[in-house]
Amino acid sequence: MTLPHNTVIALSWIPHPPRRPSTMTLSPDFTPWASLLGGALIGLSAGLFILLNGRIAGISGLLGSLLAKHAEGRAEKALFLLGLLASPWLWSLFATLPGASIQAGGAALVLAGLLVGLGTRYGAGCTSGHGICGLSRLSLRSLVAVACFMGSGFATVYIIRHLMGA
Amino acid sequence: MRKLTALIAGLLFGLGLYLSGMTNPAKVLGFLDLAGEWDPSLALVMLGALAVSSVFFYVARQRRTALLGAPIQMPTRRTLDRRLVLGSVVFGVGWGIAGLCPGPAVALLLTGQWQVGVFVLAMALGMWLFERIEARRLAKA
Repeated sequence: MTLPHNTVIALSWIPHPPRRPSTMTLSPDFTPWASLLGGALIGLSAGLFILLNGRIAGISGLLGSLLAKHAEGRAEKALFLLGLLASPWLWSLFATLPGASIQAGGAALVLAGLLVGLGTRYGAGCTSGHGICGLSRLSLRSLVAVACFMGSGFATVYIIRHLMGA
Repeated sequence: MRKLTALIAGLLFGLGLYLSGMTNPAKVLGFLDLAGEWDPSLALVMLGALAVSSVFFYVARQRRTALLGAPIQMPTRRTLDRRLVLGSVVFGVGWGIAGLCPGPAVALLLTGQWQVGVFVLAMALGMWLFERIEARRLAKA
């Protein structure tokens, strides 16, 4: 009897070199479908905000203009942020909230917050404004911004986890 | 009406963040940690978001006014300057330290973890500092 998977069995006789952890192993936490679908919802939100309200759904920009002295459209911006603030409440009506695990300590959080606040205002956008809205309209500025913050994000995590061993 | 759609858009944005897993900083750091066990989820969030929003932006770019009557405020700056590059690099460092960026931080703020409160306060302080520095710079010029 010759079964098609005989070949697989035969191949398994060839001795394999012992498995080493390569530099590119996929995490078991990878959630392709939920992330794709959640992303689509985020895209729908950003799409509706530009087409219905004429505004960019960039969270750092919305927050920043609420902190600025002069800004137009404060009510709409505040209501978008209110919706974002209230979203866990809406979620919890239907399902339990997914966990959020934060490893950084107090001092690290203060430093991280300051850098994110200053950086997103100087760079005129964050993951939503540049990453989603900017790339959606094929903005070169946003492409450069995304490359910069992803690059420095990769480098920072590499330094913290693999050089400092935290 | 515009206020209602703003609120709904904000709610949808937050639900998307929760569904995608991006409200979990550990998951974001799993994406940024290329040398560890890599979690590509964030890339798929971007892919899903761009697939939908680019259609809306394509339509919006052909128009001057939004469907509810207000002018479409498409960003007009084109210059690649030092502020854009350095600002974004600095943002990425902060993002890499805690795994939090502005959207998820706001979406998590009322769920009761003190860490998020500390982060958001510091972020607001950073944004406020930017406004102060800019105001001073403009006053000099």
